[in-house]
Amino acid sequence: MNESRTAASLGANECAAPVRSSDLVIETHGLVKRFGHRSAVDGIDLAVPRGSVFGFLGPNGSGKTTTIRVLLGLASANSGDIRVLGKEMPQALASVLPDVGALVEGPGFYPFLSGTGNLMRLDAADPHASSSTRRRRVHDALERVGLSHAAGKKVRAYSLGMKQRLGLANAMLRPRDLLVLDEPTNGLDPQGTREVRNLVRSLAAGGTTVFVSSHLLAEVEQMCSHVGVMSAGRLVAQGPIEELRSAGQAHVVVQTPDVDLASRVLTRLGLVPAEATGTGGPWGTPAVVGTGINGRVPESIVAALVAEGVRVRGFTVENASLEERFVSLTGEGFDVVG
Amino acid sequence: MRSGMGWALLGSELSVLFRRLRTWAMLIALAAVPILIAVAVKLSSRPTAPGRGPLFLDRITQNGLFVAVTALVVCVPLFLPLTVGVVAGDTIAGEANLGTLRYLLIAPAGRIRLLLVKYAGAVAFCCAATATVAASGALAGVVLFPVGPVTLLSGDTISVGESALRSLLIAAYITVSLLGLSAIGLLISTPVGAMAATIVLSVVSQVLDNLPQLEWLHPWLFSHHWLSFADLLRQPISWTSFGENALLQAGYIAVCGALAYAKFSNKDVLS
Repeated sequence: MNESRTAASLGANECAAPVRSSDLVIETHGLVKRFGHRSAVDGIDLAVPRGSVFGFLGPNGSGKTTTIRVLLGLASANSGDIRVLGKEMPQALASVLPDVGALVEGPGFYPFLSGTGNLMRLDAADPHASSSTRRRRVHDALERVGLSHAAGKKVRAYSLGMKQRLGLANAMLRPRDLLVLDEPTNGLDPQGTREVRNLVRSLAAGGTTVFVSSHLLAEVEQMCSHVGVMSAGRLVAQGPIEELRSAGQAHVVVQTPDVDLASRVLTRLGLVPAEATGTGGPWGTPAVVGTGINGRVPESIVAALVAEGVRVRGFTVENASLEERFVSLTGEGFDVVG
Repeated sequence: MRSGMGWALLGSELSVLFRRLRTWAMLIALAAVPILIAVAVKLSSRPTAPGRGPLFLDRITQNGLFVAVTALVVCVPLFLPLTVGVVAGDTIAGEANLGTLRYLLIAPAGRIRLLLVKYAGAVAFCCAATATVAASGALAGVVLFPVGPVTLLSGDTISVGESALRSLLIAAYITVSLLGLSAIGLLISTPVGAMAATIVLSVVSQVLDNLPQLEWLHPWLFSHHWLSFADLLRQPISWTSFGENALLQAGYIAVCGALAYAKFSNKDVLS
């Protein structure tokens, strides 16, 4: 989490070029899914660009898995439009799903079959999967997730992490245009988590769009190019991860012994000053944090401070960390364990 | 594409069904029924009085070929519906419990195709179950008792080979009898599970079939013809009850199949 607090210039935020519909792998408009009177998904407009690693982030129970279920045709939407790989859903389910690999809400396997047996079974369920290459594809997929040694073992004897890997192998039985991975690192040890991250990166490098849901900010930060943030059934933010980062409240930190004077100057400039907690700087210098820069050029703030006689010992402009941004978007109780 | 026919899924369904310990445990239990009957009859010193005990029990000592038929008669009311209920009532619900239902649908197996394949699997189990009882009964009969030409209900006598054929016919009749129950199991099983409910229904149906006050209802009960295969033991064979039974079961398959499809085709899969 430390590098998210990097200083950045306050230049104009880079705006992403508007994305054309044809470049979107997943596109929803006003997607609503209700259970009884409760809206689990409350009118979301997802836009997942082709080739992106899209982090679908949100606290537990914010509607991520429900959204994924609706996208994959497991549940039907109450209203709204869905397009996956450019085709209307759920009408085009049968032609879209063969190009989509998915891991939904944890792995599900036959405990009395081996790892190989399970994948053979699920592959046989796909009418487009060629039976002549089945054994080889299953073998390759198992190798790719590091399960070759346990391929013949009954899944009953698998650990949760191994089942999770088998689930990933199932998603990669065929070359896919889109991978939907719901909490793929659940139950994995740090080593396994790192492997999943590398796997996702290599898949993305091969041109597969990866839609990965997570409640772990660190995970999303490390592997995603784009992010969508869910909170209580709503999509509260979405876009390239850098754009989201810079959209946060940037602030200046002034290290100075003249705290009161600096605060007055910042107030006059329209910033909201606050005494920094803890001591900053090598000399134990107190610091004032000013928020609400509103596009003001940083050097003009320094000039104003110096002109008033504030002894400026240090001056930095800091972007809000993603963590702060997400907490402000999703409210309290957000799990940001790294 | 050649593989688009969906045979791969059917093959996989059968292989999963018959690679399951549960399936074999039930088949072995069914196979034990005729063996138990044969051994009990062999060991008992008193000959069974005609008309007492299950149908044809008194004939076993004279002709081992009756063991299979007797065992089938014994199994029809409870043991066969029990095992069929476990398999048919667990078709979709079992996949949902394992969490494999969502992966089959994402694969995508297709909901109609999955229902058809699941029903085919249940039918395969019905065949296997009755065949197991018949085969185990024939084996036990041949080993423990004399075997010879069989006297039919009509008084005619048929050869050993022909009587084996008749046993198979009865097994086929009972298999057909169980198809309606399988369809009911499939319907209840989409997607909330109900092995128990399926089995209870088969018992309720048989109880209702024995209440004279409900005579108007009897022809519509799926268990109504379950034991009416005596016609197959006449010369010439009377196919009337076979036809009536088949028609009734087909009706249950059509109605329950349609309902199962309607229920499952747009049901949210949340497990």
